[in-house]
Amino acid sequence: MAKDEFREFRLVGTRPDRPDGLDKVTGRARYGADISAPGMLWGAVVRSPHAHARIVKIDTSKAEALSGVKAVVTRADFPTGLTGDEWDLQENTMAGDKALYDGHAVAAVAATSKLRAEEAARLIEVEYEVLPHVIDVDDAIKPDAPVIREGAADATVPEGMPPNVVRYFEHGRGDLDAGFAEADLVRENTYRTEATHQGYIEPHACLGQLGEDGKGEMWVCTQGHWFIRKMCADVLGLEKSQLRVTPSEIGGGFGGKTTIFMEPLSLALSRKAGGRPVKIVMSRSEVLRATGPTASASMDVKIGMKKDGTLTAGRAEFRMQGGAFWGAPVDMALDCAFAAYKLPAVMHIGYDVLANRPKAAAYRAPGSPMAACAVESLIDEMCRELGLDPMEVRLKNAVREGDRSSYGPKFKSIGLVETLEATKAHPNFSAPLGPNQGRGIASGFWFNHGGETSVTIALSEDGTVTVSAGTPDIGGSRASIALMTAETLGIPYENVRVNIVETGALGVNEPTHGSRATFATGKAAVEAANAAIKEMCRRAAVEWGIDPEAVEWVDGAAQPAGPNAGKFPPMSIAEIAGNMGSTGGPISGHHEGNLGGVGASFGCHVVDVEVDPETGRTTILRYLVVQDAGRAIHPAYVEGQYQGGAAQGIGWALNEGYVYGEDGRLQNSVFLDYRVPVASDLPMIDTVIVEVPNPGHPFGVRGVGETGITPPLPAIANAIHAATGARLRHLPMNPPSVLAAIKAVKGG
Amino acid sequence: MRYHAAKTFEEAASIAAKADGVTRFLAGGTDVLVQLRAGLVTPDDLIDLKHIDGVQDITRLDDGGWEIGVAVAGARLGAHEALCADWPGVVEGMELVGSTQVQGRATLTGNLCNGSPAADGVPGLVAAGAVAKIVGPDGMREIPIEEIPAGPGKTTLAKGELIAAVRLPARGAGGGDAYQRFIPRTEMDIAVAGCAINLRVEGDTITEARVAIGAVAPTIRLVPEAAELLVGSTLDAATADALAAAVSAAANPITDKRGTSEFRTEVVGVLARRVAQTAYDRAKGDRS
Amino acid sequence: MSKIHVTTTVNGDSVEFLADPRETLLDCLRDHLDLTGTKEGCGTGDCGACSVTLDGTLVCSCLVLGIEAEGREIGTIEGLAQGHELHPLQRKFIEHAALQCGFCTPGFLVAAKALLDKNPNPTETEVRYWLAGNLCRCTGYDKIVRAVMDAAEEMRKEAV
Repeated sequence: MAKDEFREFRLVGTRPDRPDGLDKVTGRARYGADISAPGMLWGAVVRSPHAHARIVKIDTSKAEALSGVKAVVTRADFPTGLTGDEWDLQENTMAGDKALYDGHAVAAVAATSKLRAEEAARLIEVEYEVLPHVIDVDDAIKPDAPVIREGAADATVPEGMPPNVVRYFEHGRGDLDAGFAEADLVRENTYRTEATHQGYIEPHACLGQLGEDGKGEMWVCTQGHWFIRKMCADVLGLEKSQLRVTPSEIGGGFGGKTTIFMEPLSLALSRKAGGRPVKIVMSRSEVLRATGPTASASMDVKIGMKKDGTLTAGRAEFRMQGGAFWGAPVDMALDCAFAAYKLPAVMHIGYDVLANRPKAAAYRAPGSPMAACAVESLIDEMCRELGLDPMEVRLKNAVREGDRSSYGPKFKSIGLVETLEATKAHPNFSAPLGPNQGRGIASGFWFNHGGETSVTIALSEDGTVTVSAGTPDIGGSRASIALMTAETLGIPYENVRVNIVETGALGVNEPTHGSRATFATGKAAVEAANAAIKEMCRRAAVEWGIDPEAVEWVDGAAQPAGPNAGKFPPMSIAEIAGNMGSTGGPISGHHEGNLGGVGASFGCHVVDVEVDPETGRTTILRYLVVQDAGRAIHPAYVEGQYQGGAAQGIGWALNEGYVYGEDGRLQNSVFLDYRVPVASDLPMIDTVIVEVPNPGHPFGVRGVGETGITPPLPAIANAIHAATGARLRHLPMNPPSVLAAIKAVKGG
Repeated sequence: MRYHAAKTFEEAASIAAKADGVTRFLAGGTDVLVQLRAGLVTPDDLIDLKHIDGVQDITRLDDGGWEIGVAVAGARLGAHEALCADWPGVVEGMELVGSTQVQGRATLTGNLCNGSPAADGVPGLVAAGAVAKIVGPDGMREIPIEEIPAGPGKTTLAKGELIAAVRLPARGAGGGDAYQRFIPRTEMDIAVAGCAINLRVEGDTITEARVAIGAVAPTIRLVPEAAELLVGSTLDAATADALAAAVSAAANPITDKRGTSEFRTEVVGVLARRVAQTAYDRAKGDRS
Repeated sequence: MSKIHVTTTVNGDSVEFLADPRETLLDCLRDHLDLTGTKEGCGTGDCGACSVTLDGTLVCSCLVLGIEAEGREIGTIEGLAQGHELHPLQRKFIEHAALQCGFCTPGFLVAAKALLDKNPNPTETEVRYWLAGNLCRCTGYDKIVRAVMDAAEEMRKEAV
């Protein structure tokens, strides 16, 4: 299915052991909470129990009087006068005049032991004036909703909008009215998705140290330590270069570890405690209450379809809340909504709305799963109504290379059609179904991302190579970067060590986000390797006394390029490295830039479910992920991304979701009631890797991390409909909702 | 927090009776430690019962019944073939509590004393007609299990009283019991509704029955009117439907984060029908 | 609150530490004995990242008090490999790419070993239910289950 010219790789596409595997199966790998330092203190955070409250008074005297307490900080210890995003970050790090959500930090304490710090935190007395709160996005957008923050709207919001709307989006193209007029069937429905948490198993943890001189260090589990450095420095008024941030191994992130939460608190406490290092480790409850889940959404979608399945027009109007700050991914949701379809007319309208919930963070393909839930459900509903095969309708309307996307730019090389065809060819697509069973399909999309990237490779004296990379390895990216580097250099995979280095060692790197680590860091590593090859060829040329242009690099060695260049035996990388001290000194290669050439990734999922008609419980019988990887550098970890994305999407579809009480407090802040899928909930997750190479990457990589969470939401809704005749348009599709929907169908 | 490793139940009772702050007994610890960790309850006195002789024992009594020590973890119940053969419903209820890891610690008595209406280990005991042996300042007494829960998080035990063992009656001929709960996932959840049924047959006819429901009222409770429907029947379809209706009618659940009142009411009836069939099959000799 | 002296055996070694009675075994392993391979993911017994064995029984170390370890035998991830020799489960986890972030991995390995010690030939369903108390958010469990089944098969062959 790959429309690539034949190209044989030595290493790319193989499945070697990951370089950090041994550390991670023996317990040696050091994660955020695994490091201690001499003189270390433990931090604890006091959090608001109210969804919305004015902070009248904070009395820290009892805590400060407790033996072993070395520092207490409140917002009064932070610099004033910040604006824009920096002010938002500071406000979220620690509440100022008002607590804006249940779990919002209001004070922090550092003491000589964890238990002592927790005791001290309980002794801090905070007087609140409780204010009216709002949780649901459709309530928050009402004109008379409690006002969360005056003047938070940006310039996109027209006069007269409700007070909690802080960003407004409106864009489209084509004649929408004509498109709907041309359709044989026009349907419009409202869909809702609940906020879900990334649910990484490692709680946030950091060890921060900051002196009175403004010099500091931090050890932290993060997807992006340059982001941590910049944000902490902004919030605390530090010089960025004076803060050195080292990433630990990271126990999952999924977007949620691309920003700061308690990291500045450890630095502020350390500075106040005379520069002693302060470790803060969140509890699971703190993670769920106070770190960034994704947005909740309420979405109206309208689609026009002809009898033959041709789509004529689409309109999406999305309302999303991302907590008490701007940042719900409504813009990206809108752009993803119709991305898989050729549409002559399309309109997008979006509202980013404040609510009394924690500040949303990125979560795997931010916005795309919600959008797919609405659009892919409605397409399925309309196919049923017109008696059309939903796969054929998707193929008929599928975007191809050169088509203008629904969100603007023309698609370069993409693999949607290849993905849909591969799905049709898989046995799961035609497996027989029994009673109370149903099959659903849905497509998904993610842009993927390049971004700021800086990589250095350096030759060691024995001809082995270290790669200094700036994107923390969350899912095996050391292996893929080592494979690409070794492939380029013509050396064994084992001869490359990939180090994720601290902020002082490279230029700015964006986090491991946007499915970019293998794409961008890999691309930069290949370019850096090419730079090193150029220098190695030059050293050989000098040795041989020939023109550097007459030397080529083949199988890990310099050799004369053809008989006219001279007759010399190949000079291996080990020889060149062994002599480099006397031929001009160290050899390294470096590449950095804002990397482009990104290739979008489409996927298609097929799910078979069985629904217990008496209890409404849905069992996943079979699950298939088909997705265009561009090129799978290490196929096992590509499959892993597909399977992991699908599992998170299944959780979102069926049982995950933030549950708030009338008092605005989060009711399910432990894993007992925040129900992520467990091993016995899932079947094996079948995968097909489609490879339509991305011409913007030396090996064709697109990025694979995010698309996979997008289709499960609608695919499962479509499957439940097929199994029961009931259509669920509100997530989660938990047993009470499904049973009620089944009864409504039977009763009606 | 003071930690006491009691050597006898009398010593444990005496420490508890004299304590003037918050007291907790430690057996499996799977509830106490969670509460401690969350800062919900920090006991002034924590009395560890695991050092008392016999608390880890599962003993066949002379009358054919069973005595289960207060520190016997769920995994050990499941590994006890003779107990599983007699009271599969009691054991399967306890085995649904938490993960494999929690099964290594959690105990029937702890599940009972935690006072949750959703405790999976308890409906099976109630349906079985089990009793608790209680030690207190005034000596020892025995009371039926269903008299212990007093509401969410509460028991009828007085200050200084603690459970020393749980006793199951002799199984006898033609008996069978079963428990099922409903949860949204396949594991790791608190019951949204639960039902245990214990019955006895002569030939195809049910001669005795006890029906207990969980997670659908402030306490786990017996539903005698549902049990009466079973007695004299062969569990035909009409009886099963009547049973489901009676059990649903007896439910008085709340709506919370785990399920709506309406859903719980309906599903506990569905469970009753399914559980009755399993118990009936077991009573007739199908041990699966 | 005065600390209590605890003597216990961890991975075959006799060790001592002073524990506040409120501290969990997990806290003591990590903070007093520097055995940080055992992870805390939830502190409520819901995620299994802190799995250890206590006198051979699989437990969550966050649900055991440190002082309860007195005189007992604890097994942690650090004791899984025999010297330089990885346990077959450890090798198979690497070979099958059964870890992405790796944070849940120590708990899965300790739990899976407890399963195979008890049941050398588990079905896929038995593996999934036994490991239901170990949360993994990265893999969707597919490769973990395959790695456990494959390790079991290899160990059965070796045992013949």
